[in-house]
Amino acid sequence: MQLAANTGRMVKVEIIRQDTQGGTSYTQKFEVPYRHGMNVISILMEIQKNPVTADGQKTTPVSWDMNCLEEVCGACSMVINGRPRQSCSTLVDQLTEPIRLEPMKTFPVIRDLQVDRERMFNALKKVKAWVPIDGTYDLGEGPRMPEGKRQWAYELSKCMTCGVCMEACPNVSEKASFIGPAPLSQVRLFNTHPTGAMIKDQRLNAIMGDGGLANCGNSQNCVAACPKGIPLTTSIASLNRAATVQMFRNFFGSDHFVD
Amino acid sequence: MSKEREFLWRRLHSLLGVLPVGLFLVFHLSMNFTAVGGEQTYNDSIGMMELIPHPLLLVMEWVIIYIPLMFHAFYGVYIAFTATTNTGRFSTYRNWMFTLQRFTGVFLVVFIAWHIFQTRIQKALGASVEYNMIKDIVDNPLMLAFYIVGILSATFHLSNGLWAFLVSWGITQSPQSQKIATYVTNIIFVILSIAGVVAILSFV
Repeated sequence: MQLAANTGRMVKVEIIRQDTQGGTSYTQKFEVPYRHGMNVISILMEIQKNPVTADGQKTTPVSWDMNCLEEVCGACSMVINGRPRQSCSTLVDQLTEPIRLEPMKTFPVIRDLQVDRERMFNALKKVKAWVPIDGTYDLGEGPRMPEGKRQWAYELSKCMTCGVCMEACPNVSEKASFIGPAPLSQVRLFNTHPTGAMIKDQRLNAIMGDGGLANCGNSQNCVAACPKGIPLTTSIASLNRAATVQMFRNFFGSDHFVD
Repeated sequence: MSKEREFLWRRLHSLLGVLPVGLFLVFHLSMNFTAVGGEQTYNDSIGMMELIPHPLLLVMEWVIIYIPLMFHAFYGVYIAFTATTNTGRFSTYRNWMFTLQRFTGVFLVVFIAWHIFQTRIQKALGASVEYNMIKDIVDNPLMLAFYIVGILSATFHLSNGLWAFLVSWGITQSPQSQKIATYVTNIIFVILSIAGVVAILSFV
């Protein structure tokens, strides 16, 4: 089957590799047999089967993360030809060769194309990106959400913590403490949810701390890069307005916590 | 910086850039523009500043100009140097504005320091600020070029900063409102730039 699909064409690939966390990076070139409908992950799988560089040197298989293979988990993000995106939904036919694969260096690189996105998950914990429903007794049903609002909120809920917006953002890096666009948009999502809104002041105060909302520099790269088309910059501007109000409430000691 | 104060510093930075620093720039360029009317008109209009009692003028200078400007400048340099510009990978309009805002900001710190040295500090040392002082400065073509780049950097930094101010305070939220704000601030940039450049050229 695979032989029948073999077209004889070779795909040229350049991969920025790194053997250990914090180690030095180097480039390796590969040539992989082309098949119809190939995505970037299938290139990496070919290299895994036969880890030999373009000039015939035997090497270690390239390491990368993947899970769902349908652009909903966010694990397989990497920088492909300069743009951060998911390697599962990036098709070889749409790329110019040589295809250049790099890790998203805004995160700590674990090995090769694998990065540690833990700062994003820590940020979600910091901003309480959930609907609090736990109690010592049955709290019953929450308030209903208007259908139009639900449809709008569904778009924000598509965030898969893939890190592409973080990689695209000029203010997210190892030298800056900015929390980044993805967790900020989640604050807007959960502050809109009727039950989630019951602790909206806590979320706003969390993003009004150091490295928070105000560190956004409005380059608007995040919204251009987001694979899910989430209106990240609209979320940030909306939170800016909410934070302006919250700032005055905090300063004057208002008791209007969540209304 | 004390803990958990960054939000307030950033908002203060955004506010001071518009009020009073941005407003002062508009006032400053308006005064400069009187040079179009010739030496006498210019000297008369800047002579009005001398009507303000000197101690009050000093207080006004420090409160309206130096302190807010220094905070905006030095905190701005910190903001500029913690950014990792990436217009090579993302060459969108807004990302270019982001990068230019930081480049013009850093350049303006140098330009304004030099400008204050050439004018205000010379005045404190006994020189008199008048038409001929500026004329002597811009007689040097290199200085004229330096001043034109400085003026354009300032008008760009203010108009684009005004756009960012509108976003940072949550006034423009939707993409459409931000687009309209882009048009309006671009018009402000063109008007201020023409006024500023025409004014400096009338000293030549």
